[in-house]
Amino acid sequence: MPLFDKKHDAPGKLIIVEGIDGSGKSTQIALLEKWLESQGYSVFFTEWNSSELVRETTKEGKKKNLLTPTTFSLLHATDFADRLNYQIIPPLKAGMIVLADRYAYTAFARDVVRGVHPQWVRSLYNFAIKPDLSFYFRVPIQAACDRILTSRAQIKFYEAGMDLGLSPDIRESFKIFQSKILEQYEKMIHEYNLVPIDATLEIHEQQEVVRDKVKEVLKGYLKKRTIYAKRPKVFWRRFTVS
Amino acid sequence: MPNDPKYFGEGLPYLKPFKNKGKLITIEGTDGTGRSTQVDLLKEWLEVQGYAVVETGWTRSNLMHKSIEMAKSGNMMDRMTFTLLYATDFADRLESQILPALKSGHIVLADRYIFTAFVRDSVRRADPKWIRNLFGFALVPDLVLYLKIDMETLIPRVIESGGMNYWEAGMDLHMGQDLFDSFVNYQSALVNEYEKLAKEYSFEVIDACKGVEDIRDKIREKVKDILGKPKK
Repeated sequence: MPLFDKKHDAPGKLIIVEGIDGSGKSTQIALLEKWLESQGYSVFFTEWNSSELVRETTKEGKKKNLLTPTTFSLLHATDFADRLNYQIIPPLKAGMIVLADRYAYTAFARDVVRGVHPQWVRSLYNFAIKPDLSFYFRVPIQAACDRILTSRAQIKFYEAGMDLGLSPDIRESFKIFQSKILEQYEKMIHEYNLVPIDATLEIHEQQEVVRDKVKEVLKGYLKKRTIYAKRPKVFWRRFTVS
Repeated sequence: MPNDPKYFGEGLPYLKPFKNKGKLITIEGTDGTGRSTQVDLLKEWLEVQGYAVVETGWTRSNLMHKSIEMAKSGNMMDRMTFTLLYATDFADRLESQILPALKSGHIVLADRYIFTAFVRDSVRRADPKWIRNLFGFALVPDLVLYLKIDMETLIPRVIESGGMNYWEAGMDLHMGQDLFDSFVNYQSALVNEYEKLAKEYSFEVIDACKGVEDIRDKIREKVKDILGKPKK
């Protein structure tokens, strides 16, 4: 049985973005949401590692460096299961377009680099549904590093893969860790039909390609606009900052 | 004798190779079978003989207990999320308590093990393959003691010792008209699932309808078998 291949039969559409830190995927999904809403679609946004249930635990585990590759992976899967149940399936069943910033592929890339077995983490997420469209923002490692290292004051311990002991220098560790994640993503393009987007292009050029792909997926989809759609605050915060 | 650790599935591929110098003994059984009493008695007995013992229990990890308490009190989670929370808790205890203790030659007594998750999930109609893969990182115990009980013995015991609670009665499953019916149906279903696992994983079945001393003696016999000669 192929792993992680469950199509959903809900009337909505699930569109997700993937890519390493600094690939610009969050900017792109924010622009996509803006456009879809302007077109009269009802959109729901959800983000990796954001459920309240495990937020405190993950925060504390990270702060005290208590996490092992397995507990790291399982905590993120728990977060995902909770969001799938509350934030992804209901809007899909209601016929909305769900936009997800990162999906299970993030786990397949990161957790495998941390050392868990690739088959194990794939079957772990076997309860998830396959997105209707998955974008992969492809960026050379140096470009991503430049973006992250100049835009942010501090790289976090786990973000840099410091738990793996790749290098005592956090910047160097970040670079090695993200390169390894990049390799995993490259392998997944074919495995999961990810749509690669050249993330070195100008922002608006990328967005044009993204919107064209989305249009194809939305052929035959009936837009439904709810009278009152509450937009998650987190989206607007991210959007105005970037 | 030190040996290489054996896992149910893929194990923990990122760990450096190590030898297991201890023994992992797990006790399974539904609520009210007297598991914790027996764990205390067994620990005492082993220590008197000179074995160093470490105890670990279901949902007792430092990392996860807050999230689990929050989840239980909120009553707002689906089965999958619950199972994953418990799996995270177990992984944390495995890596931070169980493995270090075994490496240094302790006997680890686990009050409940992954089989608890298996039976609870089976009753909730989960995919058995999925959960077996999930717990593929778990270490195979040297001994699984299963305290088997029937409903006639269990029900008065539970009522006498403080009553039935929401989760012990499987109220999330709506298996009965009221707490009592639900408890009976849920616990019977759990016992049925344990029966299946007992064959699949060669549990040592112990009749938990007997008195505390009888159960204790039976457990000691089984433990002696895996320890070899007693240390004097």
